[in-house]
Amino acid sequence: MLNWLSSTDASDSQAVPSTNDEWMTALQGPDPDSTALEELRQTLVRGLQAALRKRVPRRADTLAEDFAQDALVKILDKLDTFRGESQFTTWAQKIAVRTALSELRRKRWNDVSLNDMLSEDEGGPTRPGVAASPEVEDDPAESTSQRLLMDRVQRIIQEELTERQRKAVTAVMHDMPLQEVADRMDTTRNALYKAIYDGRQKVKRALDDEGISAQRLLDELG
Amino acid sequence: MDRSFLQKVARAIANTQPEEIGCDECFAELDRFAELARSGESADALMPKVDDHLQRCRDCREEYEALLDALDAIDE
Repeated sequence: MLNWLSSTDASDSQAVPSTNDEWMTALQGPDPDSTALEELRQTLVRGLQAALRKRVPRRADTLAEDFAQDALVKILDKLDTFRGESQFTTWAQKIAVRTALSELRRKRWNDVSLNDMLSEDEGGPTRPGVAASPEVEDDPAESTSQRLLMDRVQRIIQEELTERQRKAVTAVMHDMPLQEVADRMDTTRNALYKAIYDGRQKVKRALDDEGISAQRLLDELG
Repeated sequence: MDRSFLQKVARAIANTQPEEIGCDECFAELDRFAELARSGESADALMPKVDDHLQRCRDCREEYEALLDALDAIDE
């Protein structure tokens, strides 16, 4: 990769690609066109700078350069998965953005363990830099019927979800990124989403079996 | 379990759809979804499962919003 990027011999290069076919032709194979590579890198940097300025304003430009480099490697590696359903640069930028945000999350949450997110009653939030707010067990504004309903919901959640599902739900609901929870549970983000989805479906069915429809629950929650 | 937290979980359970896509399926469609949205098309109506996932998954939603920022910049 570094050799390709540092090789700027114009005699080996073609025109800057504009169509998807031209991008694919320029980048496929063991010796990608250096002009196309540099054009793609600059495009990714420009896009990442804009995306990162809102999120890490002081470091956006430096990080954009680093993330673009990482993303280029991934893009070349995944070229055969490009289906041509969007512009090539949109597809490539999608990969670059995920690369960048995943790395930012990893750094931001690096020092937070899953257990930090889970207090003994599975309710304690510990977002980085945010103090835990005091626990409130009972809401005085909650009516008796609401309280009884929520007690039943809590019981069913406890009965239907596995401990792993409860941990995942708790961490995600307390704003830990799904990717970070997945990493700590030795699974993938997609698999964890599916596991939580399965859990939600299971609890919803169990509630329904007890005569608590989704609509009733939403009505009660207001 | 904290009451407000329980309510948040209960709302997520009540809003569960019979069919939802995961993060991988969402990511596979995200470039097309973004281009539809940027062209003024109703991406949410044309790709409702992607839209639904983006409403539920904060990681994917952040990446989508960042992608829109990036695409705006490279089109300037």
